[in-house]
Amino acid sequence: MSTEIYNEGPVVHEPAFIDGHSVEIPTLKILNQDGDVYPGAAMPEIDEALALRTYKALAFHRVLDERMIAAQRQGRISFYMAALGEEATSVGAAAALKDTDMFMGQYREQGALIFRGFALEDFMNQMFSNEKDLGKGRQMPIHYGSNALNYMTISSPLGTQIPQAAGYAYGQKLQGKDEVTICFFGEGAASEGDFHAGLNMAAVHEAPCIFFCRNNGYAISTPADEQFRGNGIASRGVGYGIKTIRIDGNDILAVIKAVQWARAYALENSAPVIIEAMSYRLGAHSTSDDPSGYRTKEEEAKWHEHDPISRMKNWMLKQNWWSEEQETALFDKLREEVLAAVKVAEKIDKPPVEDLVTDVYDTVPTHLQKQLEQLKTHIKKYPDAYPFTAGRIK
Amino acid sequence: MAQMNLLQAINNALDIAMAEDDSTLCFGEDVGHFGGVFRATSGLQEKYGKNRCFNTPLVEQGIIGFANGLAAQGSRPIAEIQFADYIFPAFDQIVNESAKFRYRSGNEFNVGRLTIRTPYGGGIAGGLYHSQSPEAYFAHTPGLKVVVPRNPYQAKGLLLASIRDDNPVVFFEPKRLYRASIGEVPEEDYQLPLGKAEVTQQGNDISLLAWGAQMEIIDKAAEMAQADGISCEIIDLRTILPWDVETVANSVRKTGRLLISHEAPITAGFAGEIAAQIQSECFLSLESPIARVCGVDTPYPLALEKEHMADHLKVYEAIKASVNY
Ligand SMILES: Cc1ncc(C[n+]2csc(CCOP(=O)(O)OP(=O)(O)O)c2C)c(N)n1
Repeated sequence: MSTEIYNEGPVVHEPAFIDGHSVEIPTLKILNQDGDVYPGAAMPEIDEALALRTYKALAFHRVLDERMIAAQRQGRISFYMAALGEEATSVGAAAALKDTDMFMGQYREQGALIFRGFALEDFMNQMFSNEKDLGKGRQMPIHYGSNALNYMTISSPLGTQIPQAAGYAYGQKLQGKDEVTICFFGEGAASEGDFHAGLNMAAVHEAPCIFFCRNNGYAISTPADEQFRGNGIASRGVGYGIKTIRIDGNDILAVIKAVQWARAYALENSAPVIIEAMSYRLGAHSTSDDPSGYRTKEEEAKWHEHDPISRMKNWMLKQNWWSEEQETALFDKLREEVLAAVKVAEKIDKPPVEDLVTDVYDTVPTHLQKQLEQLKTHIKKYPDAYPFTAGRIK
Repeated sequence: MAQMNLLQAINNALDIAMAEDDSTLCFGEDVGHFGGVFRATSGLQEKYGKNRCFNTPLVEQGIIGFANGLAAQGSRPIAEIQFADYIFPAFDQIVNESAKFRYRSGNEFNVGRLTIRTPYGGGIAGGLYHSQSPEAYFAHTPGLKVVVPRNPYQAKGLLLASIRDDNPVVFFEPKRLYRASIGEVPEEDYQLPLGKAEVTQQGNDISLLAWGAQMEIIDKAAEMAQADGISCEIIDLRTILPWDVETVANSVRKTGRLLISHEAPITAGFAGEIAAQIQSECFLSLESPIARVCGVDTPYPLALEKEHMADHLKVYEAIKASVNY
């Protein structure tokens, strides 16, 4: 233990101020939009098999988002949140990690679940909050979670996962596991107190945790310049004494490279890393939002040209790992599969009334058992008013 | 008079408050140009400028801490928390700071000019984190006022009274009614008193008490009971803290029975406090135990929302049970 933690800089005899932008932060780019690797760029470890798995996850993500936004418009699901234009962040991170590493998301990171093989039915069951939903129909659509796939169930209050990730990673370290935790959040959520608390805890307690900020320019309607001052979120990492890197979030090779490096660094040094991925939220915040009220079509159009999926596709084509025929066949197949899965999931029953009182505690305490019994008696009296559960009460 | 929905009534009240006093400010997440995710602050930035109506960074503790500072300085902050579910990051600033500023300083300083607005409540398929009714947490805190309107007319009059009240007020807006509840609202300035309940229907057999969106539900149950020949007196509490014991006690002395209904879970909900107080005020007038029809003691679910809710059928059954006790 020591209190001598300040690097002594040059001594001056006139006030010398450091301003928020004076920390210059470079941005890692490996792949250009045409699918060419920048000359001399440091490639991540990626072979044909990993590239294919990654690209297929991106494609699945795009199709899922497009189809589910349509399903919401048709009134089939109540709500949806897409990650259009940002898919490379979560998919790329998952591709760079081991499947046993813990993934803690904010809500726009379905890509990691897709990469890890969460079944299409599982996505659907959650969105339709039916009785097969792993979360038992308790949370709004897109609040996924899977213990088997090391994907922590999403919680809506923003930023709460950030200090939790530090704690989770610290536990992994103490138990000598060869695992890290990655924690995703938006640049908006990085304003929360939990962000500052989490980074500081991770830094001081030397947790092998990768903090991954998806900087997509908006928090609902609030643009980044009304969210923070200074040089992005990356500059905050520097302040906490955390190794920091900024990357092009639409460049999947840059994402994979940074996360592979961060994983190795976190494990070897027992230390957190922060990655700020610059991207853009191409779509609406959610299906309850209309971005035309706060930004222009021209602004969005500029970012369509940076589409991370077509960028990876161009690279795959150049590697001779992919063809236009495969592309068409894949997208057609995915669209069909998603449509068919919607039709199945919407017919599955809602959870039984017993699921109302389970999981509040490890076992159902007496007062809740009593409340359930009263509720059942009541439902039996008015079966028409509770159509989802009435028919199944014994 | 104009026809307004609840959001328009709130917007109208904010507009009046900002027009009359240059030190009145409206801020919160997405509150500026966009007008808030529910559009309660629409048009205010255009009218009063970016200095007085603005987006804040996404940090609830920051929003309320900032508002406390402004109020202590003499400005009149009206802070929006986007959903009542997200008021908890600001809990420390509200419970330890807003509520205790005046007391701890011997009134050297106070934040009486602060108003916190926040949409609360379920019935909107919002699941765990877009449905909570956290009024009881704040009702346990001396130094705050807690107000919940039931319709557009009430919302405007109570919000103006809250903004002008010299105590920090947490103003819970029933979001289920934001667009659904439409009514006559005077365009001019008016206030409704804080700390005063309103008897909205006279009756003889039982007193029904609720607040906010739950008023619709007890009205519906009372109508069903009416068909059975049961005459319900209906009271809207309007202010949870400090609450109007006298109006409720007078009603219970007349009817001999009380049913309280709220959306939040039953255990340690505010109905429990009311029941205890009314029992001691009206013990000899009571002809049946005070009934509570409230949410189940679980987090607010999505798929089983109907089952969880203290709906009109549950209230109706409890009315009959109370009258036939
Ligand atoms: C504590 C808290 N406050 C407010 C909200 C409401 N809310 C949900 S998403 C969101 C914007 C988040 O923006 P950002 O973190 O930048 O992520 P993005 O949506 O851009 O991916 C807000 C304000 C919330 N969920 N939790």
